[in-house]
Amino acid sequence: MTDITSPQSASTHGIFDSDWMIRVRRGSEALAIPLAALLVSALLFSIFLLALGKSPAQFFQLVWLGGFGTAFSWSNTLLRAAPVMLTALAVAIPARLGLTMIGGEGALVLGGFTAAAIAIPLIGSGAPLFMHILMFAGALAVGAAWVGLAGALRQFRGVNETISTLLLSYIAIAIMNFFVEGALRDPADPNKPSTKALESAEMIGKLPGIDVHWGLAFAVVACVAVYILMFRTTFGFACKIAGGNARAALAQGLPVGRLVIVATLIAGACAGMAGYFEVAAVHGKANASLATGYGFTGILVAFLARQHPLAIMPVAILFGGIAAAGGIIQRRMGLPDATVLLLQGMTFVVLLASETFYGRLAIFNPKARTERT
Amino acid sequence: MDAGLALSTVIAAMLGGAIRVTTPFLFVALGEMLTERSGRINLGLEGTLVLGAMTAYAFSYGTGSPWIGVLAAGCFGFLMGTLHATICRLPGVNDIAVGIALMLFGTGVAFFFGKPYIQPTAPRLPSISLGAWTGDPRFEQALQINPLFLIGIALAIFLAWALKNTRMGLVLRVTGDSEAAARALGHPVMLIRLLATAVGGFFAGVGGAFLSLYYPGSWNEGLSSGQGLMAVALVIFARWDPIRCLYAALLFGAAGALGPALQSIGVTQGYYFFNAAPYILTLFLMIGSAGSKKALRDAPGELSLTR
Repeated sequence: MTDITSPQSASTHGIFDSDWMIRVRRGSEALAIPLAALLVSALLFSIFLLALGKSPAQFFQLVWLGGFGTAFSWSNTLLRAAPVMLTALAVAIPARLGLTMIGGEGALVLGGFTAAAIAIPLIGSGAPLFMHILMFAGALAVGAAWVGLAGALRQFRGVNETISTLLLSYIAIAIMNFFVEGALRDPADPNKPSTKALESAEMIGKLPGIDVHWGLAFAVVACVAVYILMFRTTFGFACKIAGGNARAALAQGLPVGRLVIVATLIAGACAGMAGYFEVAAVHGKANASLATGYGFTGILVAFLARQHPLAIMPVAILFGGIAAAGGIIQRRMGLPDATVLLLQGMTFVVLLASETFYGRLAIFNPKARTERT
Repeated sequence: MDAGLALSTVIAAMLGGAIRVTTPFLFVALGEMLTERSGRINLGLEGTLVLGAMTAYAFSYGTGSPWIGVLAAGCFGFLMGTLHATICRLPGVNDIAVGIALMLFGTGVAFFFGKPYIQPTAPRLPSISLGAWTGDPRFEQALQINPLFLIGIALAIFLAWALKNTRMGLVLRVTGDSEAAARALGHPVMLIRLLATAVGGFFAGVGGAFLSLYYPGSWNEGLSSGQGLMAVALVIFARWDPIRCLYAALLFGAAGALGPALQSIGVTQGYYFFNAAPYILTLFLMIGSAGSKKALRDAPGELSLTR
């Protein structure tokens, strides 16, 4: 029963129920619950470490030292945060439409591979700018097509997008391996199978002032641009409506199919861009080390940021820092390299369990008790 | 090598490969089928599969008995299923997202504790030789059958019977088709889903035990690459029927065996392409089956997957 017109609800309108206060309360809810989830998972992980006879204090100290303590660790952190921001966007954009797409890893790998493949005939040609423009465009196009394919399958064939994106990731890695170990393998490279490497003078350089490549700037710009697109334009609003109720959106005359396709194309382009920078600024070539799990970290980051493009940036930096500290944790504490993966998995599980508190805590929702009946 | 001999070698290798590769698919698919029949989807079975493989290997190494390893894998799978169901029963939590999280979590736990078990050799599961009558060593080798394969077939038949003919099967189907109806009949919906998910996790864990204790038969971090996930897709293709799960698992097994079979006669071209065959097959099967009227008709009504 609604009580919109009942006198009680009208009389309770005080300062605390004003529109502004409700926005503040909702905003702090979206901040407080994920933070609490992070704290709880840190606590659980500490208990876990204690059970193994390791010191949690040392662990978090090393995370601080390896991730944020020095200028060197900061650049290490930001180096990892940049691709994670982009793969998190690849999750957050479709999420706005109610789609759970987790294909960032595949689009990153295939985008990076495309960039490396395009570069092969152009290496050393003396036209690096031309080469990079082609590489960039190729990586974005292939990444977009890869996730867009899953979007189209979802929209027109009803194929579950979560499963299809993950399958496409496996296929993407197989495609890269097929070429990297076959037709496009550089015979001059004695180490692991790779495509021909860019000359070091042709690689994308560092940002002025810090020891991080330009990918970070592009990632930050992408986060802001996606925020504007999804939260400040009619396109973004239409996506939100379609994500809330596709049938109502169709009844309103919104082109739901086109929205899904465009949004998934943009999502894939973001992940493809991450792949481009991994090749053009970090590895210089495509090989198995492109598939290092940035796509999967991106999933967690997007969920922790509540699919908000601006919140993705700090969360990506946090997890970039944890990943950057992985090496020092391994060496100093004798923990396996899967420690970071385990911590991520644990955080993810706790975070999803915490979703149940949205709209149910009286402190953030003054009327929660009456609304829930 | 002449063409006829090469062909029969490929067929023998594919038959043997199919029988070997099928088993983990079958167990995960049956587990997922059971969970989905209760109206919930557990995408985390990939993580359960990896965790099951690791625990089976560790327990087999520690106790010297591979069957204790299988049991331990099942129990850890049961725990993972319980965790999934416990989180999913909280209001406002999305079962697909929890599945993704458990996929990462299960893999993380398995890799973390699995490090010391990558090197040592644990006792493996025995096999039953059924191919002596063929008189052809290639087919004899192909028909070395693991008891778990037979258990899996028996389990599929049993589940098909139990879903149709027992009270428990009926209650499970009601819960999956209409939560409201199940509540009205006084059935404890959440408990039924918890049990279905936990038992489904048990099966997936046993499937993982097969991976590490029989084929490929060792524990390493690249052991399962999406088999658990493909099995989830396979359930949709099999339209939530245990017997069709068995057929679909055999089909997937044959597809998975294609790459190694071609390799056995020296065709190494496109090795990675053939290794990708199961994923591509899964994708095409999903495209073919997901939107079909038959799939929509047979899908449990409460399942968020097909909406």
